[in-house]
Amino acid sequence: MQESTDILEVGVWRGDVTGGQLVSYQVPRQSSQTILDVVTWIQRELDPGLSYRFSCRVGMCGSCAMMVNGIPRWTCRTHVQKVVQDNRLTIEPMRNMPVIKDLVSNMDEFFAKWKLAEGQFHGRKTRYDPIEPLLPDSPRRLAASAAIECINCGICYASCDVVSWNPAYLGPAALNRAWSLVNDERDIGQQSRLNAIAADAGCHNCHSHANCATYCPNELNPTASIAGLKRLAARAAFAGKI
Amino acid sequence: MSGFRLYLLQRITAMIMAPLVILHLGVMIFAIQGGLDSAEILSRTQGSFFWGTSYGLFVLAVSIHAAIGIRVVLFEWASFRGVLLNIISWLVFVVLITMGARAVYAVVA
Repeated sequence: MQESTDILEVGVWRGDVTGGQLVSYQVPRQSSQTILDVVTWIQRELDPGLSYRFSCRVGMCGSCAMMVNGIPRWTCRTHVQKVVQDNRLTIEPMRNMPVIKDLVSNMDEFFAKWKLAEGQFHGRKTRYDPIEPLLPDSPRRLAASAAIECINCGICYASCDVVSWNPAYLGPAALNRAWSLVNDERDIGQQSRLNAIAADAGCHNCHSHANCATYCPNELNPTASIAGLKRLAARAAFAGKI
Repeated sequence: MSGFRLYLLQRITAMIMAPLVILHLGVMIFAIQGGLDSAEILSRTQGSFFWGTSYGLFVLAVSIHAAIGIRVVLFEWASFRGVLLNIISWLVFVVLITMGARAVYAVVA
């Protein structure tokens, strides 16, 4: 590695709800260095006051999501080498969410929208009933499986332009969750879910830009899930159910 | 009308417009093969129930479709909300349907 590339110029957003700005830090470059490594190095070596979130460091928990050079990413799974431009990095809190401090965003609304989209399972059985058999290769189970691996990191929500224009919009994560439950044969809350996904903040707001599908680290396709919800809601509207 | 019903109405009007656009372009390309002037066109369209209905339906579908589309653009990009948004959407509809109806009348009546 040449000397000119040994030091990274890193702009980190510092501030709180009242405002903030990018602050420059110089961070030594290392092999196999991740963006989370860079942020951790800044906190340990330069400024202990820097706030950020992380937990598992291996792409399981989703808590370290931040904007890296303007794109939402899991910082633990993003190598500097992959995203660095002219030896510079910009690290900011997640888009479309209020900031709490520095790189920590407030995800309250993001999670509230999961509830608004009827993202909770409505079962008809108790723990004393026998387990309901579900065929793993039935069409509905396959549709649910395609949407089910979401870990609530908020990357899709931060990448969604519609959320940025219409803050009430439920967003790709909540609607993707609704789609997985629409296809759950055990769920008996489908009418209330239909009402939720066809409400003013619902699925029809999606313009199919597919930013969510592009940036989802788990390679889910919320755009396709939302398209499924649109078809479902359209059929329900013609049938007079909504 | 709810946002979802507006969305549905915009899709339905798109489905009406698509075949009418193909019909319009197809007939146009076919009709001008041997050379054609406006007098000849008007002689075929004037008094025609078929062309009056086709273009009348097209103009209605365009007016509804465009008004809903511009409504969404104003909502998302210009932050228009509430009564003002509804008034502007209706204005777009009225202007388009008026201009379109005048054009259809001029060609068919």
